[in-house]
This record gives sequence, structure tokens and C-alpha cells, in this order.
Amino acid sequence: MFPRTIDLYRVLPELVWGSFGTLAMLLQPFVRNRNFFTVLAFVGALGGTGASCFAFRNAGPGFYGLVQSDPFSYFFHLLVGTVALLVVLAAGPYLDRERLPFAEFYALLLFATAGMGVLASAQELLTAFIGLEMSSISSYILAGYHRDALKSSESSLKYFLLGSFATAFFLYGIALIYGSTGTTMLDKMVSADPSSTLLKLGLAMILIGLGFKVAAAPFQVWTPDVYEGAPTPVTAFFSAGPKAAAFALLLRIFATVPAATHFWFWAFWLLAVLTMFAGNLGALVQTNLKRLLAYSSIAHAGYVLVAFAAVTSMAQVDSANAAPAYAAVLFYLLSYALVKLGAFTIVSQMGGAGEKHLSLDDYAGLSQRQPVVAAMLSIYLLSLLGLPVTAGFFGKFYIFKAAVNSHLLWLAVLMAVNSIIGAYYYLRVIVVMYMREPSTEAATAAPVGFPLTVNVVLAVTAIGTIFFGVMPNAVLNFILQPNLLGH
Amino acid sequence: MLSGGHLLSVLIFFPAVGALALLLLRDDDHKYIRILALIVSVVEFLFSLLLLRDVPTAVPGYHLEELAKWINDPPINYHLGVDGISMFLVLLTTFLTPISILASWQSIGRRVKEFFVMLLMLEVGVVGVFLSLDLFLFFLFWEVMLIPMALLIGIWGHERRVYAAVKFVLYTMAGSILMLVGIIWLYNATGTFDLPAIQQRLASGGLVLVPGTEMVLFLAFFLAFAIKVPLFPLHTWLPDAHVEAPTAGSVMLAGVLLKMGTYGMIRFCLPLFPQASHRAAGWVAALAIIGIIYGALVAMVQPNLKKLVAYSSVSHLGFVVLGIFAFQNISMQGAVYQMLAHGISTGALFLLVGMLHDRRHTFEISEYGGLATPMPKLAAFFLFVALSSLGLPMLNGFVGEYLILLGTYQRHWGWASWAALGVILSACYLLWSYQRVFFGDIRHEENRTVPDASAREKGILVTMAVVTLWMGIGSIFITRRTDVAAQTVIDQVDPRRPYEAAAPNGTAPRAGTVPASRVKLITAERLGTR
Repeated sequence: MFPRTIDLYRVLPELVWGSFGTLAMLLQPFVRNRNFFTVLAFVGALGGTGASCFAFRNAGPGFYGLVQSDPFSYFFHLLVGTVALLVVLAAGPYLDRERLPFAEFYALLLFATAGMGVLASAQELLTAFIGLEMSSISSYILAGYHRDALKSSESSLKYFLLGSFATAFFLYGIALIYGSTGTTMLDKMVSADPSSTLLKLGLAMILIGLGFKVAAAPFQVWTPDVYEGAPTPVTAFFSAGPKAAAFALLLRIFATVPAATHFWFWAFWLLAVLTMFAGNLGALVQTNLKRLLAYSSIAHAGYVLVAFAAVTSMAQVDSANAAPAYAAVLFYLLSYALVKLGAFTIVSQMGGAGEKHLSLDDYAGLSQRQPVVAAMLSIYLLSLLGLPVTAGFFGKFYIFKAAVNSHLLWLAVLMAVNSIIGAYYYLRVIVVMYMREPSTEAATAAPVGFPLTVNVVLAVTAIGTIFFGVMPNAVLNFILQPNLLGH
Repeated sequence: MLSGGHLLSVLIFFPAVGALALLLLRDDDHKYIRILALIVSVVEFLFSLLLLRDVPTAVPGYHLEELAKWINDPPINYHLGVDGISMFLVLLTTFLTPISILASWQSIGRRVKEFFVMLLMLEVGVVGVFLSLDLFLFFLFWEVMLIPMALLIGIWGHERRVYAAVKFVLYTMAGSILMLVGIIWLYNATGTFDLPAIQQRLASGGLVLVPGTEMVLFLAFFLAFAIKVPLFPLHTWLPDAHVEAPTAGSVMLAGVLLKMGTYGMIRFCLPLFPQASHRAAGWVAALAIIGIIYGALVAMVQPNLKKLVAYSSVSHLGFVVLGIFAFQNISMQGAVYQMLAHGISTGALFLLVGMLHDRRHTFEISEYGGLATPMPKLAAFFLFVALSSLGLPMLNGFVGEYLILLGTYQRHWGWASWAALGVILSACYLLWSYQRVFFGDIRHEENRTVPDASAREKGILVTMAVVTLWMGIGSIFITRRTDVAAQTVIDQVDPRRPYEAAAPNGTAPRAGTVPASRVKLITAERLGTR
């Protein structure tokens, strides 16, 4: 059972990411130049992202159906690849500032990206598990990467303990499903008996495991602490990459296994409502911007889960019409990744050495001290809030539309209520930046420097946010195709 | 169908181009920033005057339409169009913007560039709202205009500005996000966001909404508009926003933004949900009448001059809502007229209050008194504007209120008699406050030496006064143009709408095709009533 060449083509992005990560580890003892590793990681991330085009050209199942290269996996490969690319750019100045080693950081980042790539294309549950572990274990270490900072270690430990617990759930779920259906291949489960209790239990376990990864309530408690403690570029990465990949796997499982859809509508409904409220109500009282954004990312996971509820309820009645609901998830994750990357990058820069300036008060009067930064952060916040001419607006719009399409009016209304709660705390940040006077100490301090690479990240994310807010067609036409999942 | 030219697009985006140009100027070039902003807004106003030339007076339906594909799925189009009602609201917007810019000439001293950029962006959003014929596009502009307005209040406002700005945004968003759900629901039922297309299908009977659904949709839209108007009891954001906003912000808020709510009712609630509109009319009218009387009573006891004007808006806008939900051509036109008249006269009142504030830095009526002696010119203008606001014949407020009461009376005499109370009360609070501010003895020494109106202020006030007077005596100029559009809405909201009246071809609604004889008749009635 040797892999065919075409199989290798179909996992080429993961191979590129993985080998560049290994290369970075190997060269670490020999190369002293820190910038070398930034370039290496950049090339690796770019190469892997480019390779996903190549994999997509050779679309189809690989390794006897363990993975699948299709438009869906292509989309997520591009997404996580771009996220990795931007995090590499944003992390360089941070690592410099905090005097942290470069090579390992980039290696872990690339390993995690490879794992997320596997998650996006896995067609088989154990393969998905390997992808999940690859990305999770790298993530645990990345969270504690600033090992001298107490908070960072705390973050890592919490993430590790709770994360492994969730992974165990996931694995147990796989075992139960295997016991029920006799297979771990997703496409072979199509004919599974939906009434089997074992199958339901297995899927519930998987839902819990992945619910933890995407920070869905009631499995979200770790998020604020981990996000706050981790180095900010890592937080940016967490909120954009692994979350998208976990959602990708969740979507693939619950879209491919028809047995999964019947039963799960209410589970998603409940998860969505709980998650939205947990995130938004938690964010209301935050005074630390990093923590506020962490809670907001819980809330946004809730919005995505609304689309999941729409997918599952739609699949019951009219699976042909479910395409817009899938597209809503994909578009939302894209818009969300862009925005969160940009926002956390700003937080990372503004934090200063040791990340001391994370409080909202540190942003008072920012519009006068650094108008461009304030304007950028406002764009991200308005996109999170879902105001028009930003990608976030269309993301929310498509989710609303998916929910209304599936006749989930109450869910749509609850989501609307949550959007308004969300508006309050996002606006509070804008108010602080634009309508408060800076403290005397902040007004006299020199403006925080923004190195070129960070500016590139901000420019890409801000322009992307506006671009997809004006021309959503550019990506929608692609993700609306009927054979999104390769069949 | 689409008559070439891109006048409407120009009207929407020219201020945005101007705002971009402003951004290129240096921050401390205050003089040139002001001049450029003024030029942009005046040119925009001149552009908008072309509407008077290009929009035919007696042809129903939308004119100067522009249609371009924007988003494939769901099909969202960039669809613009104008009719007799929206045309005048656009004119009102483009007229008040240069006035606001002139009014902020000296009172805005910090972050000048941002201020004028925001003012121009606000104009973009508002004009866009009035010209959009695609529900989605409409919603987009509706949301876009929030941010500049919130910043205008929050950055350049008075003491409690931040509170007022946040309250304003949250209230508006609460309504509009439900409207978004409503829009999507309507899309699900119709398969399009295109307003004329939906109207066409409603008119031809091709689309029938279940009464329950129709009511929910009606409420989703109505709530958003009612918050904006604001209809009692959703008005509590308005006094805060008005009192805290800078003068220009108040002028735009009262003059134009409130009208977006009533415009939305005319353009969306009535034509799209005729049955629900009729079922809700009694309740809406009751709220409107409560608003008229409540607003007037609260205004009467206000110690704060700006708050007094703000509550008078609640009262006056109540008239507009009442006129709309009386479903009579005359009251509908009266509502449109009152929207314009209120924009001018309340705008002028806010300008005057702002001028007083520039001199004494307070809105408290008790701080004034006897001002007619040191500033006779300002006092004269104030009296003139107050009289127009309370509906003195020959001035603009009279026409609107009179037409509304006339039309409402045809529908239900009780509504009209209750609403008429508001006319009396408005005379009370305006004249009483005028007396306390301008007559009597001077009780505060600093009031003896306040300067009278400067040349710039006189220029602003004379312009406003001329328009006020012209609208009072030349009302036929406006009603001649709003007549057909109002009749179209009346026909669309008629529960017994004659389906066969729909035009067999063309995408624009022809449901309200008014026979020429009827146009003459209506015009004759109008002439007679004056």
C-alpha cells in the first residue's frame, strides 16, 4: 500500500508546511540570524498555501479516501494558510520585543497549520483525530511560549488539561461510532442507521470534543484565560486558524453523515443560543481589550453555530437548498479570521513590552495620538459588530438569511438581540478611542511604533475586510458551488 | 425604462468624493477645510436642483432609475430611483447640509477636518437612504449613516455626549437589526430585494402574504422606523441626542434623520403591507396623537431651551405619522409637506438655539430673559421661526398641519380633533418660551452685552426665513410634485386595491396611475383650500 503520486499531490500543502516546520527545527542550532527564520517560515507558509492550489487542481480522494481534496478543503487550506502567513508577519516584531526564540515558534506554527490542513480535508475520523492532535499539541506549546510570563504558562496548562480532556471525548466518540457503523470513513456512514443510540452517543461525544475546540458554550470557560494569557500573536492565531479548522471538520461530519443531521438540530440550536449569550454577556463587563476580544470570539462562534442549526434543519427538509447555509459558515469564518487577526495584531503592538497596556484606558484618545491605528481598529470592530461595507456585515447577513431560510425565526431574533448586546461593547471601544481624552501620561508618551511587517498584516486584513464587504461575490461564487464537499 | 444618466449616483457619492478630498488637506488648515466642505455641499445642492428639472411632475412611478448588478446570490442590485416624495427629501438634505456647515463655521474648533468629513459622510448615507429602491441597499445606507451621526454627537457634543451617542446607536440598531430579519424574510417570500418588483407582484396579486406573516413583517419594519421618527413611547433617545449634539448635528438630526423614519413608513410599510397597515392604523394613530400631546406638554415645562425644541419635534412628527396612517391623499401630502416644513423650521430653531449657546454657553431658559433689547435682529428671526413652527398661516408649518388635519378629518373626526390640540399647545410652548427668553427684564448682567447676529448668522437665517416664507405661500410648487407620488402610495395601501390597475408591462409599479382629470381635481382642491 504505497501512496500514489496523486495522493501526495492532494496532501501537498500539509507536506510543505510540515517540512518547512521540520527544517526550521533542524536549522535552529546552526543559524543565528533571527530574520532568517522569519523568511523561512514565510516562504513555508506561502509555499503551503500555494500548494493548496496545486492540490485543488488534482481534486479527489487521496490515500484511499482518508483525505479528500475538494473546494471545501481548498477554501480552508487557503484560509489557514493565509492566517499562518499573516501570523508569521505579525509575530516577528513581537518575538523580537519579548526576546523569545524564533525558530521553534515558527516550527510550531507551521505544524499547527499542517494539522489544521488535515482537519479541513479529512474524510476519515482517525485522520481527523491526527490532524486535531497535531494542531492542538502545537497550540498548547504556543500558548505557553512566553514561558517566563506567569500568565502564559497558566494559559498553556489550562489549555492543555482541558484540551486533552476534550480530545479524549473526541476519540471516545470515534470508538463509539466505529462500534455502531463498523467504519470510520465518513462517506461510508451515509447509509448508517440514524436511530442507533450508539451512533448518536458517538456523535454527541464528537460534538463535545469539537465544541471545546471552537469554544462553544458550555465548553467555553477556558477561552478567556487562554486567550488572555497566550502571547497575542498566538491569540490571533487561535481565534482565526484552529477555530476555522475545527468548524470545518464539524461541518464536514454533520454534512456528510445524514444520520447526524436529524437529531442534531436542537443540539446546535441550544449550543448557538448558549454560546452567543455567554460570549456577549461576558464581554459586556470586560475592561481588558484582549479579554474583551476573547469573549467576543465566543460570541462569534455562537453566530456560526446558528448557521449550523440552519444547515442541520435544512438538510432534513431540502438538502439541495442547504448550499447557502454552508456558504454562510464559510464566509463568516473568512470574514471573522481577517478581523480577529487584525484586531489582535493591533492589541499585540499596542500592548508594549511585556504586554502591559491591554486595558481599555490605554486606548483612550487613540484617535488623536495615532489616527490610522484607531481607524483600523474601528474597521475591525465595526466588522465584528456587523455594520455594512465590512465583511462582517455580509457574514452576519448570510447567517441571518440561512436561519430565516430554515424557518428558524426565533434563533434569528435571538441572534439579533445578541448583535445589539455586541454593539454595545464594540462601540465602547470606539467611544474610548474617539471620544475620550488620553490620560496625561499616554498623551506625552511617544506613539507606539508599527514595523513594516505588522503594517502589511493590518493593510491586508483591513483591505480584505472592506473588499469582501463591498464585493462578497469574489468568494461567494466559489463557495456556493453545489459540489462544495466533492460530491 | 432606465433613462440614462447617473444623476442619482452622483448625488449619493459626490459628498463622499468631497470627504476624501478633505482628508487630503492638512489638519490645521481650518480655513480651507471649511471652504472646501462648503463648496462641496453647495455644489451638491446645485446638483440636486437638477432633480426639479428632470423628474416629471405628473407621471407616477420612479424616475431616473439606475440599475446595476451587485451581488449574484442572493440577487442584490444597485437600484436607485426617485419620485415626488423622495425628491424633496433629498433636496431638504442637500439644502440643510451647507447650512449646517455654515453653522459650524466657528463653533467647531477642534478636530475640524474630521467634523466636516463626518458631516459629508452623513449626507452620503441619508441621500442614499432616500434614493435606494433595493431593500438591501436601503438597509445598507440606513446603517452606514449611523456612524457619522454617532461620532458627530459623541466627539463634538456637550457634556453627556458619549451617553447620548451610544444611546442613539443602540436604539437605532435595535430597530434596524429586526428590520434586517424582516427584509430577509420578505426576500424569502418574494425571491427579490427589489422594491418595484415586489410592489409589482403585490399589485398584480401574484404575491399574497398571510395576514399573520404580513403583520409580523409590518412590525419588523415599523419598529425600526418608529424608533427613528421617533414615535411615542420610543422617543427617549431623542431629547438626549438633540441636547448633546452640536448645532449642526441637531439640525441634521431633526431636519433630515427623523424623516428617514417617516419616509420609510411611506415607502415600505404602507405599500408592502397594506392589510397590516390598515389593521395597525388605529393603534399607530393613537400613539401618534399621544406623541403630539405628550411632546407638546413636556415641551411646555422644559427649563432647557434645546430640549424644548427636541420635544416639539416629537409633537410635530406625531402629526406626520398621523397624516400617513390616515390613508388619505391630502393627509399624505400634508405629511410630506410637514416633513419638509419641520426640517426647515425646526432646523432654524436649532440654529437659533445654537447661536444663543455660542454667546452664553447655556441652554437654560432661566439664564436668558430680555434678550430682545441687546439683540433685536436675532429676536426677530426667532419670532419668525417660532411662528412658522407653530403653524401661522402664510408660513410653512401651517400648510403641512392643515393638510394633515384636513385629511385626517376625512378619515376620522376624533383623530383630527385630538391632534388639533397639539396645534394650540405648540403655540403655547413656543410663545411662552419666546416670552421668557426675549422679553421681560434683563436679569443677568452678561445678557446686556451679548452681540447681535453676525453677517454669517444673518446670511443663514435670512436663507432659512426666505425658504420658510416661500414654502408658506408657494406650496403649490411642492404639492404639484408630491401629488402623484402620494396618490400612488394611497392606491398601493388600499386594501381593495384594483389588481387590474397594474400596468401590464414595465417593472415599475403602475398601480397608482392617476387619471389626468383626477390630478386636476386634486390640484383644484388644493388651490381652494388655501
